[in-house]
Amino acid sequence: MELRYETLESLVRAAEETNRKISDLVLEQQALQLETSPEEVYQEMLRSYQVMEQAAEEGIKPGLRSTSGLTGGDAYRMEQALQRGDTICGPMFTGAITRALAVSELNASMGRIVAAPTAGSCGILPGALLTFQKEKEASEQDCVMSLFTASAVGMVIAKNACLAGAQGGCQAECGSASAMAAAALVELAGGSPKMIAHGVAIALKNILGLVCDPVAGLVEIPCIKRNAAGVANALCAAEMALAGVHSAIPADEVILAMKRIGDAMSPALKETAEGGLAATPTGKRLYQQVFGRGPSSLG
Amino acid sequence: MNVFDIVGPVMIGPSSSHTAGAARIGRVARALLGTDAARAEILLHGSFAKTYKGHGTDKALVAGILGMKPDDPRIRNSLQLAAQEGLKVELVPGSIENAHPNTARVTLWDREGRQISVQGASVGGGSILITQVNGMSVEISGQFVTLIILHRDAPGTIAAVTEYMSELGVNICNFRLARQYKGGTAVMTIEVDGKIPKGANEHIGSLPNIIRSTMLEPV
Repeated sequence: MELRYETLESLVRAAEETNRKISDLVLEQQALQLETSPEEVYQEMLRSYQVMEQAAEEGIKPGLRSTSGLTGGDAYRMEQALQRGDTICGPMFTGAITRALAVSELNASMGRIVAAPTAGSCGILPGALLTFQKEKEASEQDCVMSLFTASAVGMVIAKNACLAGAQGGCQAECGSASAMAAAALVELAGGSPKMIAHGVAIALKNILGLVCDPVAGLVEIPCIKRNAAGVANALCAAEMALAGVHSAIPADEVILAMKRIGDAMSPALKETAEGGLAATPTGKRLYQQVFGRGPSSLG
Repeated sequence: MNVFDIVGPVMIGPSSSHTAGAARIGRVARALLGTDAARAEILLHGSFAKTYKGHGTDKALVAGILGMKPDDPRIRNSLQLAAQEGLKVELVPGSIENAHPNTARVTLWDREGRQISVQGASVGGGSILITQVNGMSVEISGQFVTLIILHRDAPGTIAAVTEYMSELGVNICNFRLARQYKGGTAVMTIEVDGKIPKGANEHIGSLPNIIRSTMLEPV
């Protein structure tokens, strides 16, 4: 059966019918689509994974500041807390948060990252996968392969809803990244295709309605911390799905709900920096700090 | 759409639309000029005009004009690099009629004074759509190998090009034609799957009524 990425249900069915992993099927189909070999497609994804790795290492260094000067240094703070053993949740959960912050902070400093699916949500997949690889001693190959499952979920969301904050709010960016990460984590941990779909549904449901309200229109406040929240939510959803918890609403219907919620969202809450946190007194003051004028002219 | 549209591109932050997309628009302009630019005039519209500083949109556009890819760490210092390489840059935040909110119009001049003007929008996730070349409507996504063929509006010209591509076994995935007026200058933009064999672009350039054919690699 040819994969079309129209529904998650069709991906699950294809995997069940062939008794193969979703990631294997996606790699094979993509090689055909891109008119190249599976090995070359894998190698390109490996390069992206390696960029994620470098970004997490780079972003954790002390003294990192964003181009605007508004953010930076939080991943380092988390890393210090981890090293002191001074955390509630321990290395898997807190490590994932730390790496998500690191990659997002590096992005805000004009560092090199992989949009996954967007630059604004670029910390969530690296946070989940790099930490899983380290803490669960998974192989690099399995982690790279899980990115194909994550991508397939992203393609289904892109086809039925959207991945841009300007179109669907933060739920479409960090929400989608979180659902993609949940799918990757479930596959990595040995979950079934059905469990992957439940993981996606649970992750996305938990972020439905989240607006995109960046202070001064920059990919910093609250985006960086929402990457940490996105990976935390992915772990939460994957954990539930792996334990056999079902989502009452199937993933494909959650995706359509996300689309409708995004359509109903006021434009002020879709990356225009006119509402939400951007419109708070502090948000406006920070705008002035960066651009030296009031936010009234921001489009 | 493929997996690398979702996990990708590898890019310099902070924004796929305002940074990576901007670099790609600059790169298309440079590729269409066909040589190094000596002077660049950049008109920014909408969100590009209002938030370019915080997103490094200006740096990314200039980096693209210098030929850098969206993942080139030198994007951060592109304005200084442009000065060093003798590229004069004028950036004008303004407004363009009926344009997507993230639109830039890049006009480049080479050392001989030859000029090209490219208008493009960054439509999300680092994807772009070039909508005008020298004022003529085009549709270039930069995702595929693309031929931009300037030609005289004369019967048989399109057939000659597409027949030749069919002989090569190249599959066309997007075709668009725009002309200034009947019998005037026209432009074909052809996006293809896979690659175009070596020498094919030169051959197309030598077909009757073709003024110039430019092949653009995916940017």
